[in-house]
Amino acid sequence: MSLKLSQQLYDELRAHGEETYPHECCGIMLGKTSDEGLHVAALVRAGNTRTDSAHNRYHIAPQELIKAQREGRKAGYDIVGFYHSHPDHPAQWSPTDFAEAHWFGCSYVITAVEKGAAKITNSFLLTGKGEDDKAFEPQTIAVE
Amino acid sequence: MTINIPTPLRAYTDKKESVSVEGTTVTEGLAALVAAHPAMQQHLFTPEGKLRSFVNVYLNDDDVRYLPAKEETAVSATDELTIIPSIAGGCCR
Ligand SMILES: [Zn+2]
Repeated sequence: MSLKLSQQLYDELRAHGEETYPHECCGIMLGKTSDEGLHVAALVRAGNTRTDSAHNRYHIAPQELIKAQREGRKAGYDIVGFYHSHPDHPAQWSPTDFAEAHWFGCSYVITAVEKGAAKITNSFLLTGKGEDDKAFEPQTIAVE
Repeated sequence: MTINIPTPLRAYTDKKESVSVEGTTVTEGLAALVAAHPAMQQHLFTPEGKLRSFVNVYLNDDDVRYLPAKEETAVSATDELTIIPSIAGGCCR
């Protein structure tokens, strides 16, 4: 299961992290899931509600998720994943990211932003059936 | 009422994006959803029967947790319930 997206969306997702640096950015990925992978068709930028700790925490308001889900459906898309940035930290999921991940079958994309410049972008697929057996599996990002 | 199902939970509703159920309160609506799709129980509720902390339930545009009557809020046939797991995280800790 790879994550497929256009060069434009890939650049846009990484640029978002540069813009919000030194704070974390976050956003929603809309698209479709097939046997070959998750196809991202659109990105929805979300505001980080964690203004108290925006440099190392992110949270997307449920209202924004509902709005994205509603608008996506009109275009025939579902929420297929999320992205956020790690200002001056590696593009690896943290214990907090893992504990707070509940969207099974969805991708969690993390971009490391060093001194304001986007570096490595990694994607992790949340697998498992529930909280007891969940895992983050690294997945290939196919930029097409 | 109509209950909108988020992508990760559609595996338990035969891939349905939304499910129509009978019920006059949020609690009754969720109970009807679980009755129709029993696998939803463990994904929505703790073993003690409380809504899981990361599961948000919205009645139209309102978070049910912040409504005065919470899950006992009255719901009409044209209302929409939306189940939406939370999205959060952070680096370094
Ligand atoms: Zn993170």
